[in-house]
Amino acid sequence: MSDEVILLSIWPSMFGMRVQIALEEKGIEYEYKEEDLANKSTLLLKMNPIHKKVPVLIHNGKPVCESSIAVQYIDEAWKDKFPLLPTDPYHRAQARFWADYIDKKIYNASRKIWETKGEDQEVGKKEFIDCLKVLEKALGDNPYFGGEEFGFVDVELVPFFSWFYTYETCGNFSIEAECPKLIAWAKRCMERESVSKSLPAPQKVYDFVLQLKKTMGLE
Amino acid sequence: MSNVQEVKLLGAWPSPFVQRIKWALNLKGVEYEYLEQDLINKGTFLVQCNPVHKKVPVLIHNDRPIAESLIILEYLDETWKNCPLLPQDPYQRAMARFWAKFVEDKFTEPIRQVLFVDGENQEKEVKKAKDALETLEGELKGKKFFGGESVGFVDIVLGFISIWLEVIEEVACVKVFDSQKCPSLAKWMEDFLEIKEIKENLPERENLVYFYKIGQFKLAMAAKK
Repeated sequence: MSDEVILLSIWPSMFGMRVQIALEEKGIEYEYKEEDLANKSTLLLKMNPIHKKVPVLIHNGKPVCESSIAVQYIDEAWKDKFPLLPTDPYHRAQARFWADYIDKKIYNASRKIWETKGEDQEVGKKEFIDCLKVLEKALGDNPYFGGEEFGFVDVELVPFFSWFYTYETCGNFSIEAECPKLIAWAKRCMERESVSKSLPAPQKVYDFVLQLKKTMGLE
Repeated sequence: MSNVQEVKLLGAWPSPFVQRIKWALNLKGVEYEYLEQDLINKGTFLVQCNPVHKKVPVLIHNDRPIAESLIILEYLDETWKNCPLLPQDPYQRAMARFWAKFVEDKFTEPIRQVLFVDGENQEKEVKKAKDALETLEGELKGKKFFGGESVGFVDIVLGFISIWLEVIEEVACVKVFDSQKCPSLAKWMEDFLEIKEIKENLPERENLVYFYKIGQFKLAMAAKK
C-alpha cells in the first residue's frame, strides 16, 4: 500500500518549511499544494476547520495540523528512517523544550521587527536578539542542536533563517554581528539538501514582506 | 532501569500547571518529593533548574530538570509506561497533542488574562475562553473522557477547570462556563473528579479564591516578568 502525503502551505511560511524539511529528510514522497490565504481552498477548510491555517499535513486523507505536531508525527509514523528526535526521554524533553521556546518567543518577537516601527520595533529587535542568544548558548560548540546529528530543534529553527535578511533590512541591524555562531549553524544546515530545497531565497521573502506591508497599510 | 529513582517536583500549590504533574505522578504511582516554591522571592535552586523561564512546575528526575508542564507530561509517559496518557498510534498521538495545544493556546491563555484585564478587554478574553469550551464540547461528545474510557493527555491538561474555573469566575466576577451549552463537559468534570488519583491532594477552593483575591497571584506574576 503506497502512502498518499500532501502538504498544504504557503511558500514564505517558516512553519510550512519545517514540515517540508522533515518530509525531505525522511525521503518521503509528497505532493506540495500552494494555498492562497486570501482565498482558502475547500480542502484546507475541510482539513483544518478549527484554525483554518497552514501548514496542514495530510497522510492518507487524515490531517495533522500545527507544524511542531506534524514534524513529530512524521518522526513517529516513519520511525525507521532518519530519526529527528533522540531516543532517550530526557533528551527528547530537552528537544521539545527548545522547540516550545522557539514557538513562544522567536516568532512573536520577529513579527514586531517587520510589522512595527520606532520604539515597538526596537523592543522587538531586542527581544529577538536576546532569544537568539539564548539559543546560541544552548547550541554551544555542537554542530547542530541535535548534537552531532541534525534533528528536531534544527528543523524547528532553521526556516527562520530565510527571514533573517527581511528582519535585518526592516530593522537595520546585523544578526551575524550579534550571533555569529548561530549564523554559522544556519549555513551548515543550508548545506543539507532537505533544507536548501525547502527554504526560499531571502530576497524573495523580503519582496513578499514589502508587498504584504503595502496590503496591510504598514508603510 | 534502577529501582532507586529520585523524583522531585518543584511546585506552587495554587498552580494548575503543577496540579497536572501531580495528577500524572499519582496516576502512574510514582513516588516523589514535593518542594513548594516561593514565586515572589524565587530560590536559587528553582532558577538553576529552570534558568530560561524561572517557572514551576519543574520535574527533577535523577538530578536532571525538565520544565514546561506539557513536556513534563510527555516525559513521564515515556519514562513510566504504566497508565499511559498518550495513545500508541502516531495519528492518535498527534490528535492528542493537537487538542492539548488547543487547550493551552485558546483556553488557558485567555482564562489567565481574564484575571489581569478588565472592561472590554476582559470581555474579549471571556468570549475566547467560552468559544474554546464550546469547541472542546464538540470534541468530547460521546466519550467519557478525551482519552476514551480512561483519562488521557488532554484530560490531564484540561482537568484543572474542574476546580480552577469556578475560582476564576468568582474572583474576576465573570461567567465563563455554561452547562447548558456544554453538558458533556459538565459531566466530564464530575467524572474526572471521581477518580481516586485526581481527587486526592487537591487545593481547597476557598484557599484558591483567597489567594487570587488578595492579589498575591498578581504580585507573583509581576515578579515573574
